[in-house]
Amino acid sequence: MSSERASSSGWLQVSRKLNKSKFLYAMLVLPISYFLVFHYAPMLGNLMAFQDFSIRKGLLGSPWAGFKYFEQFLFEPYFWKVVRNTLLLNLYSLIFYFPAPIIFAILVNELIGSKFKRVIQTVAYVPHFLSTVVVAGMLVNFLSVSGLINEIITWFGGSAQTFLSQADWFRTIFIGSEIWQGLGWSSIVYLAALTAIDPGLYEAATIDGANRWHKIRHITLPGISAVATIMLLLSIGQMLSVGFEKILLLYSGPTYETADVIQTYVYRRGLIDADLSFAAAVGIFQSVISLILIVSANQLSKKINGTRLF
Amino acid sequence: MLKRKMGWFDYLNVLLMLLIIVVIFYPIYYMGIVSVSSGLAVQRGEVYLFPVDLTWKAYEIVLNDPMILRSYANTLLYTSLGVLINLTLTIMCAYPLSRKHLYGKGIIAFFVIFTMFFDGGLIPRYMVVHSLNMVNTIWAIVLPTAISVFNLILMRTFFENIPDELHESAIVDGAGEARTLLQIILPLSMPVIATIFIFYTVAHWNSFFPALIYLNEKSLYPLQIIVRNIVIQGELAAQVTEMGTSEGMSVMALNVKYAVVFIAILPVLAVYPFVQRFFVQGAMLGAVKG
Repeated sequence: MSSERASSSGWLQVSRKLNKSKFLYAMLVLPISYFLVFHYAPMLGNLMAFQDFSIRKGLLGSPWAGFKYFEQFLFEPYFWKVVRNTLLLNLYSLIFYFPAPIIFAILVNELIGSKFKRVIQTVAYVPHFLSTVVVAGMLVNFLSVSGLINEIITWFGGSAQTFLSQADWFRTIFIGSEIWQGLGWSSIVYLAALTAIDPGLYEAATIDGANRWHKIRHITLPGISAVATIMLLLSIGQMLSVGFEKILLLYSGPTYETADVIQTYVYRRGLIDADLSFAAAVGIFQSVISLILIVSANQLSKKINGTRLF
Repeated sequence: MLKRKMGWFDYLNVLLMLLIIVVIFYPIYYMGIVSVSSGLAVQRGEVYLFPVDLTWKAYEIVLNDPMILRSYANTLLYTSLGVLINLTLTIMCAYPLSRKHLYGKGIIAFFVIFTMFFDGGLIPRYMVVHSLNMVNTIWAIVLPTAISVFNLILMRTFFENIPDELHESAIVDGAGEARTLLQIILPLSMPVIATIFIFYTVAHWNSFFPALIYLNEKSLYPLQIIVRNIVIQGELAAQVTEMGTSEGMSVMALNVKYAVVFIAILPVLAVYPFVQRFFVQGAMLGAVKG
């Protein structure tokens, strides 16, 4: 861009470029308005976290409150419990949920017989298309005292459990259902990456005497490491908003202890208790921490193996 | 392709896959057979592999309930209007961003993609919708989620991979940008359009939370809210209370609950086999190249 030159000819060049694509810019008007209104305007609306916001008085009329609400939640012990729950749920998700589609993809890739491969893939994708409400509904009814799971347990001689009202069971139930629903769908990107690996590499390895495990360690895993890193970065970006809707549908008083996460807390305090400024303040906390997490993860990833999101 | 002998690992692998198929398939199958069994058999815990006392009573109740029917109609409306807006806006955003000569393309792309990583927050967004007087209207359902950046990137990648020669030959033939887009690019883009059409449709069909926070009137509720009310919160369907059946009065009968679940998932399950090949292609497009 020659904008260092005399501004008149620089501007002429720019306006010429703009004019050339005026149809394209016209097309962008509506989409950009959408982003401005529903994504950027709320960012500005976070001002309400620094005010004693009231709907009546609005953003411009509500009195200033500074960091009052930030102090409120930072000094509230229950808030930190909620943060702990969020982080723990994410940690477990990372340990148990994240590797599952990768392992599944590798195993499917090892299957002999393309017909069976296709059948298993077709079946595995189905749960992804069920709504969160349906999956939660299944869980609520299967885990009830007279539900399917307890029927199976008593058939084997155990005693029925009240799974959904025990805080200790919540994480297992949550992660387990995430795996059930996401195993197949999430494996698509890994399967795509696996099919992109040069089969010649495997053949050469066989000739060199490598067994299955050698091949997986030295050909398969490196082949999908780029995709896996990107997926990892993306899930870190989602960290603080983990499975919000499902938790909302499954949790209850007795399980708040392990189930209440930042987003459900914001929802309850903000939209149910109408503690708007407080909830907005917590929301800012969430967004900022989330941004820090994903930027640091991205930088770290860049340094380690060069893969990055941006 | 080398044909390997089946070793112990391969047999184990097949066994594992069969187990996975059962774990995925059985819960859904179970709900199906319970929904066509009699309430008595269900209560006695007799239903395992096959329906007991086959009856369509549960579906009768469900398909005659005015609230369920109304919510089904609402969901059909929200989904149709929603996907129309989705497709239009996504194409209008993806196409310009795919054209190399667009001045300022990088800035606009950053502006758009940034929203994937940083969100304004639930409460401020609610306030925006509220100040636009959209609360309790269909607009609160179809507008805030008008463009999914993920789908947008998918579509942009596809457009970028269309050879320049096609654009150039269209210009040589005298077509302007608009005609090039409509008559040449879009017909070629059917695979990606079909893919994101499916993604958006499923998203709308399954949508629950926006309705939860933005809608107050029962007559506007979409299907998923009603499913939640009946299946999770155990609300009684109108007919059950009216009919005073012996099939579980104080607790919503399990067979009716699962019938509700099934009418919610049946359209998705029915269309699934036909559309499966589209989204696998589409997801791979985005994954490998993007």
